[in-house]
Amino acid sequence: MDLVTPDIGLIFWTTISFAILYFILAKFAWKPILGAVTDREKSIKDALSAAEKAKEEMANLKADNEKILNEAKLQRESLLKEAREIKSKIIADAESEATEKANKLVESAKIAIENEKSAAMKELQNTVVDLSLNIAEKLLSKELDNKEKQVQNIQDILDKTKLN
Amino acid sequence: MLIRFSRICTIALFMLFSANIFANPAGKSDESKEFDVNEMIMHHIKDAHEFHIMDINGHAVSFPLPIILWTENGLVTFLSSEFNHDDSGKTIVKRKGQAFIKYHEKIFYAEQTGYLGKYVVYDDNGLVLNKKPLDISITKMVFSMFISMILLVMIFVATAKTYTRSINGEPTGLGKFTEPLILFIKDEVALPMIGEKNYQKYMPFLLTLFFFIWINNVMGLIPFFPFSANLSGNIAFTFVLAVITFMITTLVANKDYWKHIFWMPGLPVPMKLFLAPIEFLGIFIKPISLMIRLFANISAGHIIILSLISLIFIFKSILLAPVSLFFSVFISLIEVLVVAIQAYIFTILSAMYIGSAIEEHEH
Repeated sequence: MDLVTPDIGLIFWTTISFAILYFILAKFAWKPILGAVTDREKSIKDALSAAEKAKEEMANLKADNEKILNEAKLQRESLLKEAREIKSKIIADAESEATEKANKLVESAKIAIENEKSAAMKELQNTVVDLSLNIAEKLLSKELDNKEKQVQNIQDILDKTKLN
Repeated sequence: MLIRFSRICTIALFMLFSANIFANPAGKSDESKEFDVNEMIMHHIKDAHEFHIMDINGHAVSFPLPIILWTENGLVTFLSSEFNHDDSGKTIVKRKGQAFIKYHEKIFYAEQTGYLGKYVVYDDNGLVLNKKPLDISITKMVFSMFISMILLVMIFVATAKTYTRSINGEPTGLGKFTEPLILFIKDEVALPMIGEKNYQKYMPFLLTLFFFIWINNVMGLIPFFPFSANLSGNIAFTFVLAVITFMITTLVANKDYWKHIFWMPGLPVPMKLFLAPIEFLGIFIKPISLMIRLFANISAGHIIILSLISLIFIFKSILLAPVSLFFSVFISLIEVLVVAIQAYIFTILSAMYIGSAIEEHEH
């Protein structure tokens, strides 16, 4: 029974001791220690959130880069397409122009040939007339005596030489 | 160096265990008298007015402690050495016209009608009838408590100083050892039991409580002067701590707490009436369980170790010494764990009671 009866003296001293210990430790130990621990936790938290923010910014930057890259790609694509179109248009234009020119050339060539031909024809007619006159002259000079035969011959020649 | 140190420790341990055993005043070099295990153990786990260190040739060597009495004639102080190690009420110390005796580690007024040289009178049941002054002496346990306070202040003020040396607030030196313990109380006791909103207010109390109990538990396990006092196994000590927890719980309790005790919400009225007295008793049973748990666990530890050592004397055979020494070392190791767990349990339950008192319920 003695063992489980609280002793007044010890109760008195324990109460005082605990109170003193509490105030000393609270002021000189727990406050600075817990303060340091809290500060440290806060700085770690801050550093972590800053890192997270930087990461986010990095991701944003990356996304921006990607966007720019995509836009550039699209632009290139469209530029290339345009260039290709221009190229094919130029080619087509050149082709049609060339054809036109060729056609014109052929046409003018044809006209020239026609002109030359008709000129040549005229000349040939003249030459034939001259020749005929020469031949006739010669024949006349040679066979003037045989008038009938001569005429006959001339007639023959003229028959054979059909002028066009 | 280490081996030499541990050898010295072993010898000291052995000597002091035996010193403690011979400390019982009844068996003082009296070969014919039977060795009383019960008395030896009770003498050890109870408080004393002088700090017994060892016996040399049957002569007790002890550290005298001041006796402080509030008597009918005012305050009286003297050193316990004036009783000459007498604990049977045979030696009288006279102060301010009053005579005092020490009987079974209690101070009484001397009665002239005593017999056999004792100034003690008994009733029919053998209870002492002498009047007692109010005894607020610095006893062995109070002395031990003061040492523990000095140690705690030294350790934790030194810890606090290490933070001023560090650059980023990381622990250095002693802080590397003590900070994990402090963080353990913060993260495993205060935060889950009290909650993030209010825990900081109770951290100083919980930390002081935990380390005060723990250091006194550990000091009780060290078997030589100035340690070995069974302070945390004393009911007065655990009583005070439990009362402090009770007072905090009751004073900070919010409306919800009282409502849950006297008019439990969400139950039919007969159940409310039935639960109210039970819950009301619970207010007191909680701190009482705290008080008894710590007292019983620590006292039991001391009793087991002393009983195992006593086996040698009970069987009166030195051959039993290795066995009893092996078991007492084994139990001592377990006790190292137990004392830490008991300090933790006391703290976590205190935190839980405080937490339940300030908890905000949502209905």
